[in-house]
Parts: sequence; structure tokens; C-alpha cells
Amino acid sequence: MLRRVRLALGVLLLATIALFVSGGLSPATAADTTITGTLSTPGGEAVVGVLVTATDADGVLTSGTSDDKGVFVVPLPAGGTYLVEVDITTLPEGITLNNAEDASRSLLVLGGEKRLLIGLSEGGESGISEVESGTSERVIQLFLDGILYGLVIALGAVGMNLVFGTTGLTNFSQGELLSLGAFTALAINTAGVNIIIAAPIAIVFAAFVYGWGQNRILWRPLRRRKTGLIAAMIVSIGLAIFLRYTLVLFFGGAPSSYKQFAGQPGIEIGPFNTTPKALILGLLAVIALTATVTWLQRSRIGKATRAVSDNPALASATGIDVERVISVVWIVGAGLAAFAGIYLGLTQNTVWNMGQRILLVLFAAVILGGLGTIYGAIVGAMVVGIFVQLTTLVIPTEMKTVGALFLMILILMVRPQGLLGRKERVG
Amino acid sequence: MDFVQIFSLTITQAVGVTALIYLFAAIGLNVQFGYTGLLNFGQVAFVAAGAYAVGVIVLTFDLGLWLAVVVGVVVSTLLALLLGIPTLRLRADYLAIVTIAASELLRLLVRSIAFKDVFGGAQGLNGKLGQEFHDLNPLPADFTLPVLTWSRQDLWVVIVGWSLALLFTLLVWGLVRSPWGRVVKGIREDEDAVVSLGKNVFVYKMQALIIGGGIAAFGGILWAVAKQSVQPDTFQPDFTFFVYTILLLGGAARVFGPIAGTIIFWFLLAGFGELLSSLINNGYIEFLTPTDVGSIRFMLMGLGLMLLMIFRPQGIFGDRRELALDAR
Repeated sequence: MLRRVRLALGVLLLATIALFVSGGLSPATAADTTITGTLSTPGGEAVVGVLVTATDADGVLTSGTSDDKGVFVVPLPAGGTYLVEVDITTLPEGITLNNAEDASRSLLVLGGEKRLLIGLSEGGESGISEVESGTSERVIQLFLDGILYGLVIALGAVGMNLVFGTTGLTNFSQGELLSLGAFTALAINTAGVNIIIAAPIAIVFAAFVYGWGQNRILWRPLRRRKTGLIAAMIVSIGLAIFLRYTLVLFFGGAPSSYKQFAGQPGIEIGPFNTTPKALILGLLAVIALTATVTWLQRSRIGKATRAVSDNPALASATGIDVERVISVVWIVGAGLAAFAGIYLGLTQNTVWNMGQRILLVLFAAVILGGLGTIYGAIVGAMVVGIFVQLTTLVIPTEMKTVGALFLMILILMVRPQGLLGRKERVG
Repeated sequence: MDFVQIFSLTITQAVGVTALIYLFAAIGLNVQFGYTGLLNFGQVAFVAAGAYAVGVIVLTFDLGLWLAVVVGVVVSTLLALLLGIPTLRLRADYLAIVTIAASELLRLLVRSIAFKDVFGGAQGLNGKLGQEFHDLNPLPADFTLPVLTWSRQDLWVVIVGWSLALLFTLLVWGLVRSPWGRVVKGIREDEDAVVSLGKNVFVYKMQALIIGGGIAAFGGILWAVAKQSVQPDTFQPDFTFFVYTILLLGGAARVFGPIAGTIIFWFLLAGFGELLSSLINNGYIEFLTPTDVGSIRFMLMGLGLMLLMIFRPQGIFGDRRELALDAR
């Protein structure tokens, strides 16, 4: 068990990130299987009335609420993998989770009593600004979380938007490009390769097989056949379903993690709590996105991509090889998406429907930024990421996707071309 | 290998309760997508509206089933208005994204802890739903069918369900032969031409969305009554895509397309599943386990949707000229 107690800038923090099994490996009877823990403030005061829920793979939910000693017990029907969530709206005012990832995590319960340690922090030791400093710190924390989330969305959405811009395809299987990348890395990692090496291999593999290969085998022949855009969109839905259940067939339905960095302890930078892996991944994402933007601005093929996006017929007439541009776009898009998938796999976990879960958020980002606009995806993703995290100040965490979807519907009503889109008829 | 048993299980599923739920959604989608050309990717929301209307009215508020049916239709109409007003003026792909987003938005809301008192959270609403309906069951208590494996209760649901489905099919048949049907088909083929004839395209599209949604809501009502349970996570977007597969298989813009599609789709899906399970259980296939059958079924379904859309978008009984998917 790892325990950290920190005292910094008048904020007392108790960060506890550890899990251990006290029930042993012997299969326990159903009634004995529980997730339990004690919630207390850094000062040792019991935190009462906090709702902790556990959802199994079939979506069946059980829950427990912390009593007057701060003890919560979540009874489970049987051992298995559960999504354990702390309803942060039930935390008393000024009390926040030390580690944002504690709000929702996947947990393997073998049977018996699984002890869950959740670190809580209390804003401001004492004085008038107690609640205020807690809230403003939470805003900063959520804002930075939002930037990190926005970067993942941007990585996933860039490819989708480039493909839409150059071919007109609304790709409903974009989410599966993320999952495929994450699971390819998982397969290499499971074979015994460190994820630091497995990740780049998976990204390159994804770029050429899932990106270039997919375009070659499926989309290019369809364009040759002059398949309509709506028909192609429905084809992409079929592909998404096919790929999703292929992942279930080979990897099973339960979430899994990479061997390295799975339970990395958190660090604290000023008022911001995070993990080193999230920071490094965020930095790499910024580099990847900057490189993509520079490539689109400066390089010959990047300029050609923007030209095709603008007007494929005209670009073709000026001698640009449109099919070559589309191939490159698929390679870049699939590579970035695989990176996004591995990012999610490292910071959360890899699960067969991870792509499906993020697909609508990707759509929200590209529609917000402007469907088909090259930089729209990045701008839209950052806005959606930050917005989604900040909305958890007022709405429960479990409903944060609702905010993104609502924002998308709203933008379609007032500015359907998106923030960066050119005004044109979309109706 | 017991082929009689495989066949009887397959037939039972091909025209059974689950198939009926999809059939109602498909008949509704045929009005919206087949005839009017609306790319509604949120059909599951209408089914959920019907199912939750029953769940909430009967379990949460302890009122009668018949009131729940009325509420289901009213709620689905409101949902159509809510969905339609911001989106029906948009291009087809935007409509698709917004409708799928709205259906997910609703699912997340009904499964949330915040509204647990009304909608039952992630566990949904489970209990005695539709007792009034089952009390009307005229079948004798010891009634059993040869070959088919329905319980007395399921058989009653199936009889009423199919009667209703045929009634709705008749309604659609009447509608598309009427002047109204010619206008909506015109919208599907060339919206601008219809506008130039002085028709209010928006109103026609809205009517199609409401009618299609209302029919789908009956699928939800049937679901709640037959399965005695309403759970949010059964209303995932994939449901809508299964309905699309069914409709495209049978032939969109064909009055009997949804019925043909439903029976063939479930016959193939169930038959394949039963056959594969039986092969695995009898040791003919060793590299698969019985739990893999579910994933393989879905994989084939996805593949089927792709191939259907690429090679035969008009489905088995459809007419290619009827389905100008990219008229715009």
C-alpha cells in the first residue's frame, strides 16, 4: 500500500492511490463479495453520504453510501470486473477527489472484501476563503484535465475531419481506429514488449494497415464504383460493428490495461493533480498535432491536401494526384487515431467499445470546429474537452458526455457550419 | 445434432417477441427513411420512449397500462418535435449525427443517478409491467404449441404484436398511396422540386418523423409488456443500425419490406447462432467456445450491412429506382 500525505500552500492533501485484496484468492460466497472503504478528510473527519457505485459488464449497477463513520460497502453479486464510480456530486462542498481518475475506474474483484482507498482533499484549511479556494482550484484542475481530454479528442478527430474534407465520407468507424490502435499495442505488450516500444510499433502498423490498407481495400474501390456518400456512411457503420465484435472475439469483453504504468502514482504540480504518464502523453500529443499542422501548412503534400479539401475537382485539374493525397490522409489519420487509442488505454484502460464511446464526442468536436475544415477538428476538440470537464462542476460526472452532445446540437442550431467553417448551405 | 430443435428455436426467434420489437421500429423507419429519405439514426430513442412510458407510468407512478400506451404515443410525438425542429432543415449527414447524439443523450439521462427515482438508473425499471394486458390472455392455462417454444404469455404477446404490425403495415400502405405519400416520396427524390410546387417540406418531414416514431414507440411498449423490464443499456445506438440492416435487407420503400426483412434477418441470425452453438457443444468446432457465438453473430451482421449496402442497397425485394440514397 502506498500512502502519501502532503502539506502544501495551506492545502492539506491526503493522496492515497492503492488497492489491495484482503479477501484472498479463494472464491467467496456471493453475499460476501463487496467493495468497501472508508472516506475521510485529510483532517481525519468522516465524510458521510458519498455514493459509490459498481457496474458490471452487463450494465447491472449496485451501490453503497458512506455512513456516519465514512464507511461505504458496495455489495456485489459475484467476483468479476466492475466499473467503480464515485459520484462526486455527493461529496460535501469543498471536498474533492485527490486523483480525478478515482471518480471512475475499472476494478477486478476476485471475491471477498475488496478494499478501495480513495484519497480526498479539502480546499483551504480554515478561514473565510475555504469554499472559494476549493472551487477555484477545482476549476483549474478541471480546466487542465479538459486540455488533456481535448488533446485525445483532437488526435482522434483530425483523421476523421481530413477524410471528410478530402472524400466527403462521414466515417462512423473512426472510433474503431482508436480501439484497433489501442488493442494492437495491447497485443504487442502482452507478447512481452514494453509499452514504450510497443506503442510506436502499433502506431506505425495502424497507420499503414488500418489506414492505408482500409482505404485500399474498401474505400477506394467504393469511390471507383461511385457509391454515394450516404451509402458509404452506412457501410462505415457496418464496418464499425464488424470491427467492434472482432475485438470482443479476440480480446473478450472485459477491460484490460497495459503491463506498464497501469497504477502510476499521482503527482502534484501547484494546484494541479495528475500523473506523470498523462503529462508526457499530453506533451507528445501536442508535438504530434503541431507536426501535423506544420505538415499541412508547409509540405507539398500538405498543401495538396488542403487544396483537395477545398475543391477536389479543381485540385485534380491542377495536376494533384487526388488518390495519393487520400492515401496519405488515411495514413496520417489512422496513425493519430491509434495514438489517441493508446493514450486512452494508458490513462484509463482498453475495452472493446472504447471507440464507440468516444465516437460521438469526436463528432461533437468536428461539428463544433466545422466539418471538413482542417484545423476545425483541433479547435473543436479543445473546446469540447474543456467544456466537458468544466460542466462536471454543475452536472454529475456520469453525464459529462451529455454536455458535449448538447453543445453540438446547440452549435448546429445557431452556426451549423461550425466555428471555423465557411458559411454555406448545409440544409 | 438435433436439427428439429435447431429449426424450432430458429423459427421461434424469427417471428418471436424480439423480432416483433425490431419490426415495429423498422416499419416506422420505413416511413422516415424509406419513403421520406430522412436519415434518422436515433430510432432507438422512440422505442425507448415507448418502453419507458410503460415503465414510468406503471411502476413509478403506479397508474394503468392503457394510460401508459397513450403517454408513450404522446412522448414519442414530443420527441419527434424536439428532434425535428433543430435538425430537419439540415443536410442528411448532420441529421444522422444529431439524431444518434440525441438518442445517446436520452439514454445517458435515463440511466443517470440524478433521475434514478423516476427512471431507475442503470438498472432500469423491472417488475410487473402490463398486468392488464396479460390478464386479457384468452389462451387456456395449459396451452402449448407443437414445434414452437413460446410460453402461453409470449404467445399472447406474439399474436397481438403481429396483428398490430399488420395493422400498421396496412396504415403505411394507405399512407404512401395517398397524395401525402406522393409528396414525401417527392421530398426524398428532389426536395427543391417539391418546394417549388409550394409544399411546406418541413411540415411533411415532421409528419413522417412523428408517424414513424409513433409506430416505433409501440415496439417499446411491446418490449416493456413482454419482457417486464426496461433497461437503459438495451437502447444503444446499435439497435438503430440493426433496424437499418433489417429494412435494407427486406427492401426500403416497400410496404412489406420491414416484415420480410425482420423474418429473414432473425431467421438467419438465430439459425446461424443455434447451428454454431450446436456444432460447438457437440465438439465439431473446437477452436471456439459457446460465448464466442454472440460476437460472431454480430460480426456477421456488421459484414452483412456493409455488403448489402455495397452490392444490393435495394435489398431482396426492393426496387433500385425507389431508393435514390444520394438524391441530394
